[in-house]
Amino acid sequence: MFRILAKEKLNPTVTRMEIEAPLAARKAQAGQFVILRADERGERIPLTIAGTDRERGSVTVIYQIVGGATMALERREAGECIPDLVGPLGTPTEVEGLHNVAVVGGGVGCAIALPVARRLHELGARVTSVVGFRSRELVILEEEFRSYSDRFFMATDDGSCGERGNVCGPLGRLLAAGERFDRVIAIGPLVMMKFVAELTKKYGVPTVASMNPIMIDGTGMCGCCRVSVGGEMKFACVDGPDFDAHRIDFDEAISRAKLYADFEARAREKGCNLMKKGVQ
Amino acid sequence: MMRYDPDPKMNPMPVQDPAVRSRNFSEVALGYDEATAVKEAGRCLHCKNRPCVEGCPVGVAIPEFIALVAEGKFEEAYAVIRETSSLPAVCGRVCPQERQCESKCTRGIKHEPVGIGRLERFVADYHMAHAPVPAPVPPRTEGKRVAVVGSGPAGLACAGDLAKLGYAVTVFEALHVAGGVLVYGIPEFRLPKAIVRREVEGLRALGVEFVTDAVAGRAFTVGELKTEFGFDAVFLGTGAGLPKFMNIPGENAKGVFSANEYLTRVNLMGAYEEDCETPLYRAARVAVVGGGNVAMDAARCARRMGAEVTVVYRRSEAELPARREEAEHAKEEGVSFLFLTNPVEVLADESGKVRALKCVEMALGEPDASGRRRPVEVKGSEREIEADCVIMALGTSPNPLVTRTTEGLAAKPRGEIVADDGGRTSLDGVFAGGDAVTGSATVILAMGAGKAAAKSIDEYLRSEK
Repeated sequence: MFRILAKEKLNPTVTRMEIEAPLAARKAQAGQFVILRADERGERIPLTIAGTDRERGSVTVIYQIVGGATMALERREAGECIPDLVGPLGTPTEVEGLHNVAVVGGGVGCAIALPVARRLHELGARVTSVVGFRSRELVILEEEFRSYSDRFFMATDDGSCGERGNVCGPLGRLLAAGERFDRVIAIGPLVMMKFVAELTKKYGVPTVASMNPIMIDGTGMCGCCRVSVGGEMKFACVDGPDFDAHRIDFDEAISRAKLYADFEARAREKGCNLMKKGVQ
Repeated sequence: MMRYDPDPKMNPMPVQDPAVRSRNFSEVALGYDEATAVKEAGRCLHCKNRPCVEGCPVGVAIPEFIALVAEGKFEEAYAVIRETSSLPAVCGRVCPQERQCESKCTRGIKHEPVGIGRLERFVADYHMAHAPVPAPVPPRTEGKRVAVVGSGPAGLACAGDLAKLGYAVTVFEALHVAGGVLVYGIPEFRLPKAIVRREVEGLRALGVEFVTDAVAGRAFTVGELKTEFGFDAVFLGTGAGLPKFMNIPGENAKGVFSANEYLTRVNLMGAYEEDCETPLYRAARVAVVGGGNVAMDAARCARRMGAEVTVVYRRSEAELPARREEAEHAKEEGVSFLFLTNPVEVLADESGKVRALKCVEMALGEPDASGRRRPVEVKGSEREIEADCVIMALGTSPNPLVTRTTEGLAAKPRGEIVADDGGRTSLDGVFAGGDAVTGSATVILAMGAGKAAAKSIDEYLRSEK
């Protein structure tokens, strides 16, 4: 059993949870993920690690309520236990040897982008963070981002916080002004990552995207998480989740992500009204 | 002198009616009752040269246990099987007996062989129904410690033998339940999960500790199991979990699944149960590509989920690698077969969902390395098979997580760990067996490899100071 040490709501549909999991915490690095289950009959939920405390033997995850499984997780409170948490899974985000990096986060993807920004900052890289949200009330982790960034830009779709528009606005201006990033790391909705990849390709800036496909086991067994990268079939759980964004077939990934959309929609209707005011 | 029953036919095993069972997940075969078991045991000739034992990968003392069944001494018969087999209730259900013990049976030369598999199953089930469930004891902590990575048949067999020898054994499993392929792969209707749970409970009663949610190669390396976790030896029974795909166009369309994924959703995650949260792709026409047991399992699961199912296999029926009984059961349940047919492309509609499988006809040519005649494409034979779901059951290769992260562990190009008959690898104190070494094979071979490795580990730890 894995005890929930802390739980905090970051916005109406996004929650941060710190969970005691010594085995997963031993080696977890930025960019890796865990799979957990909220109850004995529950689904396996893959969540990227948002933080690790090796001394406390805990990992922190930040999740958005999107369907039945994440709703069940949301019902768990600090002090309670969940039956399963396995990790770390996937390969860590490559951060060594980078000097000037743009970390681009969108929505709940910012939860995953933050530990990457933090790690780069600790390694002495110049970090430019560009984060995007739909509106002011969905903004998360702004202070944390600012403290690990040399430069910080925010955009919201409705302009209620930061500039109006999306992350490609500030990023595009920086690139147009001649900024030479040695890497752009994009983590967020597939559509956002697709547009970031198209933008940076024009400038020839190496870009990685963190993929978050549907998966079950996370160890290469189910093949559900396959992504086409440069025409080759890759498994996000063992080969990724980070891939060369200029070679990912985003349209296929977007299509595959909707595989169980009907099922999730039914689960939401059965579940609660929370989603109606939420993100997406 | 024992009299034998001259009945030329094997006593049939009662099964659920195909029309009923193709709509439920309860076990298909219902097993012998006591009287039928005694009668079937009476068919054994007790040949001096014991050919059946040679046909068994682990050498179960077959005539001896059958003699005890004939006398109605079922518990004693169970004890005989347990001397060599760790998982009788499992092997009695999933072994390809027609290619092993039963293929060598003298009775089978003129008539039908003795139903050895059915008798093994009966004896194991009798024991389960009559022997008390052993109470778990606290994990053993004293003495030399062995880490077993993977809780499939190889790992369970190895752990059991080592625990009986007095070692403190800890089994690490990446999934949330123990059992490996026995729980995620083989469906409930062929191997009830209660049987696997009972086997695992039996090991706990021997003091074996199970750590689920522990993924080797990520949370810890094999080397760290010895240096940081203090294990004296390690057994790698990590199986062959990586699904193969065909690398044909359209394979990433929505509705194409590996058999591993489909079976895991249905079995391990219980998607067949009404109130289950696990989503399953609803399909009306399912094409299953492949001809092994896994293909049969996937086809029969899809059938039970209400689909019209066609198995597409590139060779002819004679080469079908599945257990004969599984293929027959599949047919009875209404699964259709397209032999000498090979997919060349998955066709999707404008929303990216599977709409058909484009196939070519095959003809059998010269025998290949496996001795089977190699299928060759018939020119101009392309045709479309209507399908809204395609399940790829083409076999699996070893999971690369452990070999990629264990320095000095010799592996073959396709990922199989190099190990000798005793499971010794290129690393001191590290042993391996089962599908991780052989590539995808059978439960009984994996179990045999686990037992052989347990023997080597015992020798290794005794010689070590």
